[in-house]
Amino acid sequence: MSEATHIHPGSVGHEVAHDDHHHGHHEQSFITKYIFSQDHKTIGKQFLITGIIWAIVGGLFSVLFRLQLGFPGQSFPILETFFGHWAKGGTIQPEFYYALVTMHGTVLVFFVLTAGLSGTFANLLIPLQVGARDMASPFMNMLSYWFFFMASIVMISSLFIQTGPASGGWTVYPPLSALGQASDGSKLGMDLWIVAMALFVVSSLLGGLNYIATILNMRTKGMSMTRLPLTIWALFFTAVLGVLSFPVLLSGLILLLFDRNLGTSFYLSDIVVAGEVLPNEGGSAILFQHLFWFLGHPEVYIILLPAMGMVSEILSVNSRKPIFGYMAMLGSLFAIAILAFLVWAHHMFVTGLNPFLGSVFVLLTLLIAVPSAIKVFNWLTTLWRGNIRLFPSTLFAIGFVSLFISGGLTGIFLGNSTIDIHLHDTMFVVAHFHIVMGVASMFGMFAGVYHWFPKMFGRYLNATLGYVHFWVTMIGSYLIFWPMHYEGLAGMPRRYLDKSIWKSFNQFGDLDKMITVVSIIVFAVQLMFVFNFFYSIFKGRKVTSTNPWGANTLEWTTPINPGHGNWEGEIPEVHRWAYDYGKDGREFIPQTEPVGANESKH
Amino acid sequence: MQTLFIVAILALGFLITFQIAKASEYVAVLRGEERARKQSNKVNAFMLLAFLIIGLIGVYYCNEKLKGKILGDPASDHGVLIDRMLYITIIITFIVFVITQVGLFWFAYKYQHSEDRKAFYYPHNNKLELIWTVIPAITLTVLVGFGIFYWYKITGEAPKNAMQIEIVGSQFKWEFRYPGRDGIIGKKYYKNINGDNPLGQIWDDAANHDDIYVAGEPMHLVINKPVKLIIGAKDVIHDVGLPHFRMKMDAVPGTPTTMWFTPTKTTAQMKKETNNPDFVYEISCDQMCGKGHWSMRGEIVVETQEEFDAWMAQQKPKYYAVFPDKDPSKPKTDTAVKAAVAMAGAQ
Repeated sequence: MSEATHIHPGSVGHEVAHDDHHHGHHEQSFITKYIFSQDHKTIGKQFLITGIIWAIVGGLFSVLFRLQLGFPGQSFPILETFFGHWAKGGTIQPEFYYALVTMHGTVLVFFVLTAGLSGTFANLLIPLQVGARDMASPFMNMLSYWFFFMASIVMISSLFIQTGPASGGWTVYPPLSALGQASDGSKLGMDLWIVAMALFVVSSLLGGLNYIATILNMRTKGMSMTRLPLTIWALFFTAVLGVLSFPVLLSGLILLLFDRNLGTSFYLSDIVVAGEVLPNEGGSAILFQHLFWFLGHPEVYIILLPAMGMVSEILSVNSRKPIFGYMAMLGSLFAIAILAFLVWAHHMFVTGLNPFLGSVFVLLTLLIAVPSAIKVFNWLTTLWRGNIRLFPSTLFAIGFVSLFISGGLTGIFLGNSTIDIHLHDTMFVVAHFHIVMGVASMFGMFAGVYHWFPKMFGRYLNATLGYVHFWVTMIGSYLIFWPMHYEGLAGMPRRYLDKSIWKSFNQFGDLDKMITVVSIIVFAVQLMFVFNFFYSIFKGRKVTSTNPWGANTLEWTTPINPGHGNWEGEIPEVHRWAYDYGKDGREFIPQTEPVGANESKH
Repeated sequence: MQTLFIVAILALGFLITFQIAKASEYVAVLRGEERARKQSNKVNAFMLLAFLIIGLIGVYYCNEKLKGKILGDPASDHGVLIDRMLYITIIITFIVFVITQVGLFWFAYKYQHSEDRKAFYYPHNNKLELIWTVIPAITLTVLVGFGIFYWYKITGEAPKNAMQIEIVGSQFKWEFRYPGRDGIIGKKYYKNINGDNPLGQIWDDAANHDDIYVAGEPMHLVINKPVKLIIGAKDVIHDVGLPHFRMKMDAVPGTPTTMWFTPTKTTAQMKKETNNPDFVYEISCDQMCGKGHWSMRGEIVVETQEEFDAWMAQQKPKYYAVFPDKDPSKPKTDTAVKAAVAMAGAQ
């Protein structure tokens, strides 16, 4: 298998032929090596670095609108210097505010936590951990990144047009997103948003199909499906979710594009906007929500599953213990992936949905808590009686579990339609999904970056900065989002940029100030991480052994700086699962080691 | 200047942290990485435990500080059910929260790396896994059971004697319509909407002739009388959010929705209960609807039947404003007739 793969038609011959460890790719130009690269590791790094840039942009947006929320109406002259009429007199204008929240959501959900997270780690880890020289189709893989790049360019460009970017919320519900008369952001900015997302969907499909094909077809000898590390399983389900749900989003967006530009009435009916009576009749605005959330809910798991997979791996490696209940972990991933498709309408309990249908979605939604609970208890048992090395990666993994518990439990509130009537579209929802999907997945991503950075760049990230990064982010995340639940319990709607005219929601001024200050500090610490990241690529402490963490998985059998093709000789054969830590008195037994005659069974 | 100052402080703090971090890496290399790692392992394990303890105290403190700021007792019958469901869920989830968080951080502290300990090889245990599949499943069945029971009560048919009121959202205001004497809200068609006919009522429908249109002032409700809101929107999706009644329903253009509840406290009562003479029931828009979303505010007054009747007696059907000659309280004049004819022509 390995020799055959060496000249695999999917790999570019002249690259693979020179996969020695002296970096002797003399035929490879800078362009084919670093830009239009077909090496999955380079593509993974491209996704990661683009994701980091997007994260800075998206994070900065949140700092800007938090300024308005914490200090409503106060003037920050520097804002006018940078943003002109969007921040007239130094205060953030409503159009600007809504553009910021919309782009913050879009950027973080799609460009950072989808492309930046699963794009990075699926590309980096799938071939390395299943034992393949590259993806099934390295060319498609390259296209996947460049479609993502084009999507990024279009999305960025929408920030600079006169009427501003899309500003109807990241869920872009029509009619607001369909009618330019209703909002400036629904003019050209919205068309660009749709085009960017269409490109993004193409990128995601090219990537996803490739991940699935690679995992199913290109595992090395002995790597049966049940010997795969949980990271790969998680990335596999993520790819399946994406492949099945992103096309639905695309179809919904195309209909929206038609409604916007071709006079169709898929989503529009009975509308009088800005004094103008529109001719559209018979459309359904709710149809879009069904199409959107048919992607939108699986999307939550597209974001979360890779983090879960990496956390499982990292907790096991650093507890020096097998992951507890591998099959149960696998089963619960599977259950979550199936249920992810059957719960979308819980975002729509108060749209006038048929109450009976609503109750079915309550049942299916709360069912997700069962596999989630299994995962949490299994992680706890993995830590139990371990011998835990608290690297930054471990800390972020532990932080992930803590946040997943906190945010998962508030999901039980919102998934219950009765409570959702009161909490729907309030700050409670914002607190809930930021903890469980946003921050938790970020933690999973950080854990992954700290753990696999040595594999990516042959150097370590600075650990002390890593500890500071973890503790400030951990404490900050709870300070920001925990008290926010109370605003939601008071019924405070989300996306309110100033509560001073309200009698029911204006009692949280001090809290909002505190949250803003903490978010600025947390954002600054993320910049420190970014600095650590780029500094360490060039100046970090060098990795001196191939397996610095003492891990079992295949990526640590490659050279410290693997070339294109990953292994110098044959691809190693696999003889056991990935989690033989602490077995028979041995600290770890790599997957490549044959099972001994006297070895105990698990 | 201030901004510059903050940026400077952040940059300085960053520089110092970075220098320390770099120095500690050199020291680690000098003193032996293994020793440095052990030390940082101890520090972080302690920090995890401290985070747990301080965090739980923080949760308590946060609750003490903020619980008085959420909305107090619900002011509707459905609100009571929703709050009960909320508190059942809070109790159950809080127990799970404490158990799992304590377990997580305690294990991370207790089983921190030590030379003397060997990790316990423990790949699975079917009995344990079965336990923590079944217990959550049972707990969730209870929550789903309560939830659906209350949900059907809340979303079921409104009682026959319910008062019907139409509420219509548009950027960025609320308009109301009462059915008048006949108790029927007349038909409407959106293409009829114009300055004189803000809701697009169809004047040929006799049920419209006594409908009362109200805008720019609070919606009036009667205490202990069920009310069914017929909810619509003219331009984009809005949402009728009634935090004190714990109710909420989207207003969707082209697709009318409904929601019913029974207010159980008058505005005057709430003023007394909350010790707040300025208390008002507010209608908030809960669905992003454009740049004025945050300011799309309405008010509700809950009053006794007598007060409501007195208020209603002062209202005039929109029909008479459009066709003044049909108004029985006004003597017919030539000019009024002419105006009516002119308007009918404009229709």
